[in-house]
Amino acid sequence: MISVTGVSHDLGGRAVLHDIELEIPKGKVTALIGPNGAGKSTLLSLIARLARHCAGRIMVDELEVGVCASNTLARRLAILPQSSEIAPRLTIEELVAFGRYPHHLGRPGKHDREKVAEALTLFDLDPLAQRTLDTVSGGQRQRALLAMIFAQDTDYMLLDEPLNNLDIAASRSLMALLQRLAREHGRTVVIVLHDINYACAYADHIVTMKGGRIGPQGDAETLVDGRLMHEIFGTDAVVHRIGGRTFVAV
Amino acid sequence: MPRRRLIVLAVLFVASAVAYMTIGARGNWGFVLEFRGAKLAALCLVAVALSTSTVLFQTITQNRILTPSIMGFDELFVLIVAMGVFVFGMTDYLVVTSWVQFVVSLVLMTGASLLLFGTLLLQERPDLMRMILTGLVLTVLFRSLRTLLVRMLDPNEFSVVQVSSYARFHQIETGLLAIAAATIGAALIGAWAMRHRLDVLSLGREAAINLGEDVRRGTLQALFLIGVLVSVATALVGPTAFLGLLVVSIAHAVTPTGRHAVLLVSAALISATTLVGGQALLERVFGLVTPLTVVIDLAGGVLFLVLVMKGLKR
Repeated sequence: MISVTGVSHDLGGRAVLHDIELEIPKGKVTALIGPNGAGKSTLLSLIARLARHCAGRIMVDELEVGVCASNTLARRLAILPQSSEIAPRLTIEELVAFGRYPHHLGRPGKHDREKVAEALTLFDLDPLAQRTLDTVSGGQRQRALLAMIFAQDTDYMLLDEPLNNLDIAASRSLMALLQRLAREHGRTVVIVLHDINYACAYADHIVTMKGGRIGPQGDAETLVDGRLMHEIFGTDAVVHRIGGRTFVAV
Repeated sequence: MPRRRLIVLAVLFVASAVAYMTIGARGNWGFVLEFRGAKLAALCLVAVALSTSTVLFQTITQNRILTPSIMGFDELFVLIVAMGVFVFGMTDYLVVTSWVQFVVSLVLMTGASLLLFGTLLLQERPDLMRMILTGLVLTVLFRSLRTLLVRMLDPNEFSVVQVSSYARFHQIETGLLAIAAATIGAALIGAWAMRHRLDVLSLGREAAINLGEDVRRGTLQALFLIGVLVSVATALVGPTAFLGLLVVSIAHAVTPTGRHAVLLVSAALISATTLVGGQALLERVFGLVTPLTVVIDLAGGVLFLVLVMKGLKR
C-alpha cells in the first residue's frame, strides 16, 4: 500500500499540494483524475521521488520515500513520467533492457534477458526490437517506455497520462493490459488519466483531485455523477449508466 | 559490429603512433625513441583525457554540442595558473612544471569547477541555449581576468603565463609526465568504473531516478573527474578549444551506441589517432608550417556551428 500523510509541496514559492492524505490500495488499478493544474502529476512525481516533498511522509509498503535507498525503491516502484524525452538513438530492445538496471547494476544475467524478452513480447514489440526510438511512431515509443517500466518488475507502477499519443485501439489494449497486471500479477497500478471514461471503464478505484487537494474517491459507479463533474471539473457534463457501466457524455 | 569497428580504430591508432615514432628519424635510435616516446605518451594522455572529459560532460548535460572547453573549463585552469604566478611569484623556471604548483592548481580547479558548474547543472532544467551562453560568458570572463592579472606581472612571469595560455602540441611539458600519467590514469579508472551508471544518467534525470540512480551524486562525481582530466591536459598542452567536440562527434558517428563501455574507448582511440597522426603529419611531413591546433580548431569550430544550427532548428 502507498500511504501519503500530511504532504504539502511548493513549486517556485506557490503551494501546489496542501496537506495530502491518501491511501492507495494494493493490487488494484487506481486512477487519479482532476482538472489541469490539480496537482496530480506533482503528487505522482513526489511518490516516485522525482522531486523532494517539502513536508509530510510518503510510505511505499515499509519503505519511506526519500529515506530508503533509491535503488531499493527502484525495485519496488517504477514511474513513467509524462513527457519522457529519452535518448533517441537507443534501440527499443536497449531501452527495455534498461528496466532491468536496478536489479543487475550493469551486469545483466540470463534471468534479466528473459524478462526483457517477455516484456517485448507482451507489448508486441518483437518486430520493432532493433529499431531506434527516433524511427518509430509516438505510440510505439510509448509502448516501448511502458515495456521498460514493466521489465523493471516492480510491485507498483505509476503512469502519468500514458494514453497521450495513443489511438483508441492502443489505449484500450494498454488499459486492458494494466487491468490484467493488477488482477493476475497482483501489481498495483496508479495512473493519471485525462479521459474520465477510461478511468470509469478500467479503474478499480478513482481518486479525484482539485486545487492541490484530494476530493471524493470511490469506484466509478458510486462516485461519478453529474454533481461530481460540476464540483471537480466545473462543467455540466451528463453522466449515463448503461448496462452497469458509467459514461460521461462529452 | 562495434567490436570490429573498435579493432579498426585501434589499428589506425597503432599505425599513427608508429608513423609518429619513425618518420624522418635520423641518427641514434635510442635517443629518438626516448625523446619521441615521451612526447607520444604525453599526446596520448592528453588525447584520452580530453575525449573522456568530453564524453562525461555530454552525458551529464545530455547534449552533443557542449564540451568542457566550450564551457570554459580550460580557461578556468589557465586563470588559476596565472593567479598562482601573480600571488606567489615565479617559484621555478616554468611554473607549470613545478609539482607543488601543479597539485595546488589541480585542487583549486576541481573545487572551482564543482562549485561553479555543479550549481549550474543541478538546477531543475538547465536549457541548452542558456548553457551555451553561460559557457561563452564564463570563457570571456576567465580570459579577461587572466589578461588583467597578466598586465600587472613582470615580463618574465608574463611569458610563463603566456606560454600556458595557448595550445601547443609540438612542445609539451614532458617534465610533468609521471604525475600527469598517474592523475589521468586514476581519473580514467574512475570514469570506467562509472560506465554503467553513465549509461543510465544519459537517459535523463527522471528516467535515471526511476532506475534508482542518484543523479546529483553522479553529476558531481563526473564533474570532479572532468575537473581533474581538464586540469592535467591543460597543464600539458594548454587550452584545446574544439578538439574534444570534434573527436567525440566522430566517435558518435563511427560507433553509434548508448553504451559508454564502447563510446569511451572509441572516443579515446579516435582522439589519440587524431592528435598523434595529425602531429606526425604536420610536424614531420609538412615541417610545422601549420600548427595542429589551427587545423583542429577550424574543423571543430565549423562542426560546432553546424551542430548549434541543427540544434536550433529542432
